[in-house]
Amino acid sequence: MIEVKELRRSFGPVVAVDGISFSVEKGQVLGLLGPNGAGKSTAMRMLACFLRPDSGTATICGYDIQQNPIEIRKSIGYLAENVPAYNEMTVGSFLDFVCDAREIKGKARKKALDRIVPMCSIESVYHQTIETLSKGYKRRVGLAQALIHDPGVLILDEPTDGLDPNQKHEIRKLINKMAKDKCIIISTHILEEVEAVCSRTIIIAKGKILVDSTPEELKEKYQCSLDAVFRRITKNGKQLNGE
Amino acid sequence: MNSFLAVFKRELKSYFTTPLAYVFLVIFLFFSGYLTFKEGFYEMRQADMRAFFMNLPLLFVFMVPSTAMRLWAEERKVGSIELLFTLPITVTQAVLGKFFAAWLFLVIALALTFPMVITVCYLGDPDIGLIITGYLGSTLMAGGFLAIGCFFSALSKNQVISFVLSVVACAVLVFAGMPTTLSYVSTFLPAGMVSAIGNMSFQAHFESIQRGVLKFEDLSYFILLIIGWIVACSIVLDDRKAR
Repeated sequence: MIEVKELRRSFGPVVAVDGISFSVEKGQVLGLLGPNGAGKSTAMRMLACFLRPDSGTATICGYDIQQNPIEIRKSIGYLAENVPAYNEMTVGSFLDFVCDAREIKGKARKKALDRIVPMCSIESVYHQTIETLSKGYKRRVGLAQALIHDPGVLILDEPTDGLDPNQKHEIRKLINKMAKDKCIIISTHILEEVEAVCSRTIIIAKGKILVDSTPEELKEKYQCSLDAVFRRITKNGKQLNGE
Repeated sequence: MNSFLAVFKRELKSYFTTPLAYVFLVIFLFFSGYLTFKEGFYEMRQADMRAFFMNLPLLFVFMVPSTAMRLWAEERKVGSIELLFTLPITVTQAVLGKFFAAWLFLVIALALTFPMVITVCYLGDPDIGLIITGYLGSTLMAGGFLAIGCFFSALSKNQVISFVLSVVACAVLVFAGMPTTLSYVSTFLPAGMVSAIGNMSFQAHFESIQRGVLKFEDLSYFILLIIGWIVACSIVLDDRKAR
């Protein structure tokens, strides 16, 4: 469902994403792992059609990110890293705005809201303004926004960042529940998360893919915890695929 | 169309969910009244609204950029632009949605000056046509200033910078047409250039509409000005949205 070919993007002299290629199928949960500044968010922003790549292409659900950005945005759910939202709005009116923009109307809207609000456990804050919410609730509102149209492809940039252990567990449960009939990419630097939800991991550093494997395979190959694998790979910075 | 309406609705609501709208309306109505009576509204002993319309360009130079400055600068600063442009909304739809919402807000502000019309009608027998064209000219002028403000708001993330730049740009366009400016430039520029400068300014076109003369050239001046700055705004925004 997602096909990325030689995607590249730089900001001035800094190359954020340096020719990455991979593909993700339905039913897979891909974890993009990497140290801060590795290029995970830039890659995801390009897939969500917010940033244009300098070169390379990617297709999502058969649409090209450069030629059909609107079609892609219709078919994906995207949660950005800092969970941007309109702070002065209440959760309810914010979700209404997202429904307006996604053309979910009438009965379909009621159905979507009835499904998503309990799913993300935001009933208690539904009438509260977003700026008064805690980080955890804000992230759940962001998640509700990304899931409201029940997209086939989900791109979640650090979905559990800043959440308490209970909330993390809830979100991971949610991702696992959705995993089989969606194609999901999550970025994270929390390694336990990869083990908990991802069926595949890509480790990137300095904009390049260093490893494309499954968490189990990595642990087996290096005979140590994922934590130690991550440190060894990103410190060496070498391409380990060909080894 | 639906995405345009979604942005339009959200934007217009956002004025009234924050104190912004009320602060703006109170200050605008106070100064529009104050300047009118200071100009000798009663002393003129004429049942018309010239004293009111005459001061509007000066008031708009400050008031309209203060509405426009937040349009994109805030969106970029808070990061909500990432949400907006990962929903199925094009840059043009978003720019137009925000522009028309802000324009309608300014029209509401103008409409709230209706007690002035009642006063004039009570005191005498004014030419209603003149009052209508006066309001039409003011609406077009507000749109022109707003389009300029919109552009500068997209240019900088900092609201103060975008405010100052748009005040300067609007002031130049107003003062270029003042008789004092024109008589000064006529001392060293040929007559053709002087009349070109005069025609480029708001002043001449606004005055002619306000006098009750609806000429194609005046209407097209405002419409072209609005379209030009809006297109420039879209281009700048498309380029800078992710920076």
